[in-house]
Amino acid sequence: MLEIILVSALNGVLYGMLLFLMASGLTVIFSLMGVLNLAHASFYMLGAFFGFEISRRLGFWPALVIAPVLVAMIGMAVERYGLRRVHRHGHVAELLFTFGLTFVIKEFVEMVWGKLPADYRVPSALDFPAFTLFSTNYPAFRLFVLLISIGIFLALLLVIKRTRIGLIVQAALTHPGMVGMLGHNVDRIFMLVFGVGVGLAAIAGVIAGPILITQSSMAMLLGPILFVVVVVGGLGSLGGAFAASLLIGLVQTFAVAFNVSLADLFGNTAVGAVLSVWLSDIWRVTVAQVAPILPYLLLVLILIFRPRGLMGTRDT
Amino acid sequence: MSQTRTLPHSGAVGVSRTGALARYAMWVALAAVFLLLPYVFGSRLALSTMSLMGTMIVFALSYNMLLGQTGLLSFGHAVFFGLGGFVTVHVLNMASSGAWALPLPLFPVVGGLGGLFFGALFGAIATKRAATAFAMITLGIGELVVSSALILRRFFGGEEGITTDRTEVMSFFGYSFGPQLQVYYLIAGWCFISIAVMYAITRTPFGRICNAVRDNAQRTAFIGYDTNRVRFIAFSLSGLFAGVAGGLSVINFEIVNAAQMGAVESGTVVLMTYIGGVGNFAGPIIGAILVTWLQLILSDATQIWPLYVGLLFIGMVMFAPGGIAGLLAMQGPVIAAGKLHRVLPWYLLALVPGVVAVIGLSIIAEAMHQFSIRAAYGPNITLYSMPFDVTSPWPWLTGLALAAAGIWLFLRAGRLARDAYDEVIAEGRTG
Repeated sequence: MLEIILVSALNGVLYGMLLFLMASGLTVIFSLMGVLNLAHASFYMLGAFFGFEISRRLGFWPALVIAPVLVAMIGMAVERYGLRRVHRHGHVAELLFTFGLTFVIKEFVEMVWGKLPADYRVPSALDFPAFTLFSTNYPAFRLFVLLISIGIFLALLLVIKRTRIGLIVQAALTHPGMVGMLGHNVDRIFMLVFGVGVGLAAIAGVIAGPILITQSSMAMLLGPILFVVVVVGGLGSLGGAFAASLLIGLVQTFAVAFNVSLADLFGNTAVGAVLSVWLSDIWRVTVAQVAPILPYLLLVLILIFRPRGLMGTRDT
Repeated sequence: MSQTRTLPHSGAVGVSRTGALARYAMWVALAAVFLLLPYVFGSRLALSTMSLMGTMIVFALSYNMLLGQTGLLSFGHAVFFGLGGFVTVHVLNMASSGAWALPLPLFPVVGGLGGLFFGALFGAIATKRAATAFAMITLGIGELVVSSALILRRFFGGEEGITTDRTEVMSFFGYSFGPQLQVYYLIAGWCFISIAVMYAITRTPFGRICNAVRDNAQRTAFIGYDTNRVRFIAFSLSGLFAGVAGGLSVINFEIVNAAQMGAVESGTVVLMTYIGGVGNFAGPIIGAILVTWLQLILSDATQIWPLYVGLLFIGMVMFAPGGIAGLLAMQGPVIAAGKLHRVLPWYLLALVPGVVAVIGLSIIAEAMHQFSIRAAYGPNITLYSMPFDVTSPWPWLTGLALAAAGIWLFLRAGRLARDAYDEVIAEGRTG
């Protein structure tokens, strides 16, 4: 039992940190530009496929650097020539633009790499068990992913707290209009932040690709969860996004680890006999099977009891 | 405050007498078109295509009650289409086992009631927020319902879905609804009723308040309306008509499954509505017909057709936010001034390089597809009845050249057409 809890906790934190790598970019882009980038998960997918293609030709380490830079450049081009143009038509048009982008990126990936999962493997330099917990071998690559995510998290924290551009971003989180009034080149900051934001998502793609499955549906599977994270955390709140990422990471990993159903809980009691008739559909469904629903259930509950999210301050 | 007004206003408020006459004439004409279409396109394929289009028209119009009329961007609208369908299919199966005597033409009402119920249920949660948060919540609700559907097998029938037989219910004046022609008329009839009712709703004070909430929620609240409640009612009504569309779909295909509530279907209705035009009542009708037709002919011609539909959508968002209906409506004052002959040559001039650019882009896309995924089928493809070898540089160079030249000329000609249009409009104002 302790083993399950420890391993699940590690995996949950890992998944949560990966989510935060994406959610942080998404949150900063949203706070600054007022547009929720629906294509964020698509850039994560592009990162994974670029990482796969480059590591096949040049090796994993160059891929870890080149793929995010490439995706960041694509992101900046999209902001400069697409989003900025749409901006004057208002927020709904911007949302729809990024929504259209998810279609085009998915189709592009299917056009080039097909619909089947890509054979993206853990690099051989990291393909060994790092340590053994009771009887479970914990892979070194997972540890590496965890360390990278934490490293980027700390770097991001430093940039936001200690540099000038971080100061501007921080100001924009709470007073977006004022920042523009103070004469900063808002257009360039937008482009830069958009590029860095999707670049972070691409890093998540490169390092998560070998653990999760790299295929053209990965953006559609992860995207909605990402949006749950930012809404549950509170739109525009970095701290909230961090808390919600970890929360959802842990909830999902723990749910998968437990094979308990209503039938197991009530068993052969009198209550059980009555319930098994009325709840025949969900009687034998285990917690592990409902794991995919949990984030959305959490979303609905949060909206009923705390509509602005865990740490949200702005009502949008 | 973030609810910036983006959607052009639909129609004029003041109706003159001739306007009212023209309006009735329009409805009669619409009914006549619905009645006569099977005599023009009588093949089985055409009939089932038109049945599908009729269903999609109702679905897209119900979506525009949210996006166009109330300014609510929903990414989970297919949920109500699908749930309406599931309710219909269960009632249909119960009716055919003799539990109720209900003729088939009344079943879209059942679907509508199902859609209304779930619309009110989920709307109570979703409409607590507006703008971006609303969009995210509808996305979440969509995912929630689809993933629950795979667990609740009794109601949703797992991955296969639930089938039915439309001919086994109580007969309706001797019509069995076995032949596709009878199904077409059933769908066309309900399509007409739904169009008329949804149009009527936009003309009521409630419809106007929906527009006010879309344009400036804060001011609407100031004059004493509860904006959340307006959004809630609009959401529920939109669920009702999506349910009607779901019911029509069940009658047409005799099957419904969980995938029909999914993100793909929800995305399709966004594309349809926006490409057609959200600012105009007729927009979603145009969009539903066009996108259904595109899906049919493109999916025959190429495997990567969603790429083209996606690019068309992005192009619309960037260059023509009013959609096709918006572009057509812009020509209204020009036609009224009798100066169409002055702008039409410029439009044609822009159209030629536009078509060239599309051909160029599609050559690149198809060549890339053949090169990577379909490599096993050999390097030779035929595009626009010209043979290409994708391992040689020719298709790439041809495609690039055509696309680059086409886009450059299209942008230039587009600017000229725009200037000509502005000139005509300016003359109309001064003269």
